[in-house]
Amino acid sequence: MIKAKEKPLEEIINMVQDFKKLLIAGCDGCVTVCEAGGLKEVKVLASALRLYFTQLGQKVDIDETSLTRQCNKEYLEELADKMDNYDAVVSTACGCGIQFLAEMYNTKPVFPGVDTSFMGVTEERGVYAERCQGCGKCILAETGGVCPIARCSKRMLNGPCGGSDKGKCEVSPDIPCGWELIYERLKTLGQLDRFEKPIDPKDWTTSRDGGVRKIVREDVSI
Amino acid sequence: MRLQYPPNVRIIRVPCTGKVDVIHLLTAFEAGADGVFVVGCMEGDCHFMEGNLYAKKRVQRVKGILDKVGLGGGRLEMYNLSAGMGGRFAEVVKEVFNRVKELGPSPIRIAKGTAAAAAGEVATT
Amino acid sequence: MSTTTPSKLEKMLAAGNFAITSEVGPPRSADGAVINQKAELIKDYVDAINVTDNQTSVCRMCSLACVIRIKQMGLEPVLQMVTRDRNRIALQSDILGAASFGINNILCLTGDHQHFGDHANAANVFDLDSTQLIQTVKMMRDEGRLIGGHEFEVRPQMFIGAAANPFAGPNVELRVARLAKKAAAGVQFIQTQCIYNMEKFKYFMKLAVDRGLHEKVAIMAGITPLKNVGMAKYMAKRVPGMDVPDEVIKRMGGVPKENQAQEGIDFAVEQIEELKGVEGVRGFHIMAIEWEEKVPEIVKRTGLFPRPKI
Repeated sequence: MIKAKEKPLEEIINMVQDFKKLLIAGCDGCVTVCEAGGLKEVKVLASALRLYFTQLGQKVDIDETSLTRQCNKEYLEELADKMDNYDAVVSTACGCGIQFLAEMYNTKPVFPGVDTSFMGVTEERGVYAERCQGCGKCILAETGGVCPIARCSKRMLNGPCGGSDKGKCEVSPDIPCGWELIYERLKTLGQLDRFEKPIDPKDWTTSRDGGVRKIVREDVSI
Repeated sequence: MRLQYPPNVRIIRVPCTGKVDVIHLLTAFEAGADGVFVVGCMEGDCHFMEGNLYAKKRVQRVKGILDKVGLGGGRLEMYNLSAGMGGRFAEVVKEVFNRVKELGPSPIRIAKGTAAAAAGEVATT
Repeated sequence: MSTTTPSKLEKMLAAGNFAITSEVGPPRSADGAVINQKAELIKDYVDAINVTDNQTSVCRMCSLACVIRIKQMGLEPVLQMVTRDRNRIALQSDILGAASFGINNILCLTGDHQHFGDHANAANVFDLDSTQLIQTVKMMRDEGRLIGGHEFEVRPQMFIGAAANPFAGPNVELRVARLAKKAAAGVQFIQTQCIYNMEKFKYFMKLAVDRGLHEKVAIMAGITPLKNVGMAKYMAKRVPGMDVPDEVIKRMGGVPKENQAQEGIDFAVEQIEELKGVEGVRGFHIMAIEWEEKVPEIVKRTGLFPRPKI
């Protein structure tokens, strides 16, 4: 799923300090799973902001809500009849949801409550790690199910580099060497012969480098 | 034990401090508490294994929030006691009361115009 | 062994001599004269001079400009290229540019991650990796073709090199497999990471020789003389993929401070003498970082001066 982190409170305060009627809108999807922007986090943010404005002697109305998702219009539409009550929205959905909400309610300033970071997994509660870079042309079959684009800091296709040390990436001892992971997995699978053949330069057109992407499914769209 | 401790302390009993969440602590301050104290079992002795460790982390988090919103993290603290430490409990409450008295009424109460005598809330197992 | 390019380094290796290369680090300013000075110090003691490419991600004068300068001095440069900072368009473009000045040697590297350097906030490129860069240079040289398909007449005449680090993870066997992969991609010479763990290096060479790689690729052993015990400890702790055995640190620390530099040079000389006898070692790449003035002594004491005429 998409993993995000709450924005520092002082940053959010800075964004909203001139407004009088705020909606804090969360999302029950990815940001709930990584405990950054679900209803629970929305309530905490709203309470913190209330404390801030009250002790300043400023009267600010702050409402709380969370939608099933902010990346589907059907759910965003549920906000339609209350939007006029607010002069700004803080969305704690991922960057996709924040933008979609802002698009639909384009006369309202919409501020991000989280820093959306990457596509990843929950290794354990509170520990989220990157796994996929969305390159658009998955090569996991060739690398034993470990992605070199996402897990090698240099996205090498013929790794590991010379900085791989005791299983760790030269960038940080918190990062396992992606190519060592691939090597171990290929070894377990009995596919070490894959190591001998050079992999050709990647076609990056299906990734961010090719331009802003879209998938159109003719078979399901009317 | 019928030990004396200062008035204006509201005790909220919970089955385990692990039940105390971030929002509960913030809501107490929104309601006007001048200080909030969480009293849980000794570390390692939690009946529910790690409840008091979750509470510790949540208390730390809320202290940070309180610093950022102008209330100050000093108004919130966690203590670890065992059920048999009645004397220590009374001491803790006195410590708490004195600290809150020193910090003064919560800016929330001042802003709302309800600042009178200092008051404190304690959540305890 | 027939040679494919006018490279003097290639010719020296083909003649069966131990080849010697060294490197100069470019300045962090527009002062090109620094390159002239450093090259002058070592020119009679080496067969080719590498110029590093924004090494450890510290922004310096580019290798391309420096190797052109060295070429114009009448000397033999080795262009180093990392794939961290340039995409395939820029890499091929720079190769054509270098070739237009008659640069005949290239070292293809992936490059240290930018967090090591002075521009940690930069985006990185890594469009290609070192193995793919090797393939690319080979294709440009042997087929007159770019990755995108464009064909051209006047081709780069480049002797293709790469790095190998016998000491990096996960294990020596894999490092040899990687060397085999680079050989399959077209690499012709290798300069290894600097060696302090002689046993491990000899094991690496044994595995390489067992696979016959020493016949496909000229492996040059990397030697970096230690200036003092602090440098030994720093490299052991802070440089990823570096293996500095305790005995080496002890040796450096075991002599008084004012003698440590000479001890480091002596050790380097001993290493070269020992490595001359290791099968598959075809030469030495002396990386005397900011200590280029010591290269002449090392080359002289190992009996490799004067350089053979070829």
